[in-house]
Amino acid sequence: MGVERIRPVRPRVPATLAYALHRLLARNGAYRRLAAYVERHPVLYRAFTAGERVTKERLFGCRMCGQCALPTTGYACPMTCPKQLRNGPCGGVSPDGSCEVDRTRTCVWVTAWTRAEGAARGADLDLLQRPVDNRQWTRSSWVNYWQGRDEGLSVAHDAEDPRPVMVDRT
Amino acid sequence: MTGLREALDSGRFVVTAELAPPRDADPGAVERKAAALRGWVDAANVTDSQGANVRMSSLAGSVLVRRAGLDPVMQLTCRDRNRIALQSDLLGAAALGVRNVLLLTGDHPTLGDHPDAKPVFDLDGVQLVWTARTLRDDGTLLSGKPLATRPSWLIGTVENPFAPPAALRARRLAKKVAAGAEFVQTQYVFDVDAFAGWLGLLRDEGVNERCAVIAGVGPIRSRRMLSFLTGRVPGVHVPDGLRRRLAGVPEHRVEEEGMRACVETVQALAALDGVRGVHLMVFGHEDEVPDIVRRAGVRHAAAREGGG
Repeated sequence: MGVERIRPVRPRVPATLAYALHRLLARNGAYRRLAAYVERHPVLYRAFTAGERVTKERLFGCRMCGQCALPTTGYACPMTCPKQLRNGPCGGVSPDGSCEVDRTRTCVWVTAWTRAEGAARGADLDLLQRPVDNRQWTRSSWVNYWQGRDEGLSVAHDAEDPRPVMVDRT
Repeated sequence: MTGLREALDSGRFVVTAELAPPRDADPGAVERKAAALRGWVDAANVTDSQGANVRMSSLAGSVLVRRAGLDPVMQLTCRDRNRIALQSDLLGAAALGVRNVLLLTGDHPTLGDHPDAKPVFDLDGVQLVWTARTLRDDGTLLSGKPLATRPSWLIGTVENPFAPPAALRARRLAKKVAAGAEFVQTQYVFDVDAFAGWLGLLRDEGVNERCAVIAGVGPIRSRRMLSFLTGRVPGVHVPDGLRRRLAGVPEHRVEEEGMRACVETVQALAALDGVRGVHLMVFGHEDEVPDIVRRAGVRHAAAREGGG
């Protein structure tokens, strides 16, 4: 990882296309078996992960945290927020919507909100996002997702469960 | 010692103030500021190297404030500590008698006096609130390991009602309340109408009933301070009406006019349904707090004798 200069990235694909792509890649038995197979073969895993990195880096500024939040953020990557906020914008957003760290860029959460609202997915931003597992950096988030490992990444709060637990002890 | 919790429980209008620790190792500086505030506020927020400028730690400052007979609210940010250090400091604060914590993400180091520092941000502000509630109510660390003795602090958070995206701001606070926040102190309120709009959204979300809203207020002392607040402090919104008002008086009267506007804002906020108190941000002018409180008439003699 090292210390790099993190700046908000505006996605290069429209949200509607990203949501459509997600439906194509949605978890199913075949993908789960494929992911398990890929993971058992280190050379294949490296090639697969490199492919994921190139694609997502170009489209979303992906930094390979390995635990993709994109489907719940209007496909604007929260790890490109200089503070890497997973739960929404900080209080320092300028009136024009620019980032407090780099006033030449739009806050990635302003972008996320606009894109999610535009696709009637604004409620995604109400999800409580659990902390990132820092062991997953540079790992493939697709392989993790297909194997159901990021099911606990976020949790909804509602009338039924107004105060969800943070630490899942199951 | 009575403090923030008792004040909120009693249902009366709460007053808190910011207390910035010194940029050195002098405990006397904290004691003097605490003495100026004692009897006039229910609690003092001890800031955590505010604006990413190095100061005495908020934990040490909180202990000194408590020793001086004032209830501290220890501020803790995600800026400089990972989840191990955050949990460790939260437990340490509880052990040393700190009864209130205010948990926030924190400013980015590039905005402070050590722009070459490594930004940590292992957790975000919402996750830090959630962590504190897990320690206190579930009695476990984030690792799942149990705590034999649980902390019991009141958990607070911050919100900026005026920053974009406006429609998301009330929902973001709802999220923090779901994570465990029991009170919120807001960014500077200069625009009471816009603030009232945000309060309405909070009511719609049912947030008010579960989280006490304490509005941030402070005087603008000079034209220089006005341009500092609007240019250098992230997320501060000063409406045109107030700018014109301060521009309309000669320089030597800006301070008095700013103070008058501040007192009027406190009174207007106290009249709003759903505002439980004010949080005064006076940047090193702690001696002004009694003046603001007295002029706004928000704290009665009885409360002064009983409180503090």
